[in-house]
Amino acid sequence: MPLNRDFVGRTYQASAPYEVSRVKISEFATAIGDDNPIYHDRQAAVAAGHPDVVAPPTFPIVFSLLGTGDALTDPALGLDFSMVVHGEQRFEYERPIQAGDELVCSSTIAEIRSVGRNEFLTVRSDVHTTSGELVCRTYNIIVERGGAA
Amino acid sequence: MAATVKYDDVETGQEIPAAEYRVRRVDLVRYAGASGDFNPIHWNERHAKAVGLPDVIAHGMYTMAQGGRFVTDWAGDPGAVVEYGVRFSSMVVVPDDDNGATITISGIVEEKREDKRVVVTLTARSGDSRVLSKARAVVQLT
Repeated sequence: MPLNRDFVGRTYQASAPYEVSRVKISEFATAIGDDNPIYHDRQAAVAAGHPDVVAPPTFPIVFSLLGTGDALTDPALGLDFSMVVHGEQRFEYERPIQAGDELVCSSTIAEIRSVGRNEFLTVRSDVHTTSGELVCRTYNIIVERGGAA
Repeated sequence: MAATVKYDDVETGQEIPAAEYRVRRVDLVRYAGASGDFNPIHWNERHAKAVGLPDVIAHGMYTMAQGGRFVTDWAGDPGAVVEYGVRFSSMVVVPDDDNGATITISGIVEEKREDKRVVVTLTARSGDSRVLSKARAVVQLT
């Protein structure tokens, strides 16, 4: 079933800021197999010139879709999650995410299009600190296999 | 917080040697927990096959993260990465054995920009498949 294009342009935000902890950064780095001490040890991060441990480049995936959770599972959108795969992902960084950041993520359904038998849905997320500093932007394209058939 | 690679030491077309990254079922379970992505196609073979996949497949973001490691290990500092994007062009199928799958990543310096930034393009393969396409990072060198 084609996705409901009425959702294009809608913006969502999680109910509370995402608090970045040293423990979570270390857990995520361990899960991707990266033992770089900058991710695990505050002193190593400071020695490298960072204020605290920083997160690996793909860390924003942990929180960047939290705000859209309800929208993507809304029956009115028509997305069959059992057929979803990840199509594309891109990050633009103003600075690395670091422990202690409190991040507000504003996510917009930027585009829905059909490619062959599949539906492509793009979510753009703007990530700011609670004081308004832009930290990064993320672009997430998910593919519903067979959705446009 | 700066790359250890010097802009002046890098040439367009320069190759970054390949590295191999192992991915086993346990790695996907751990990644599911850390990332919050519990889609069963990444850990439940019965479910994966029921939706038409050959077997359990790795999270695309797990593969992308290995590309991220490749770039940050080369650059010397995660903070040097100013942009990173990929297209997931093929699946990394992860069998239920002790070896799992292997992702082989290599890179090339595609372009030197004016502001001491370089564009690195990545090639990621698993088995006979190219698992990432349009994989590129913009890195701030010193």
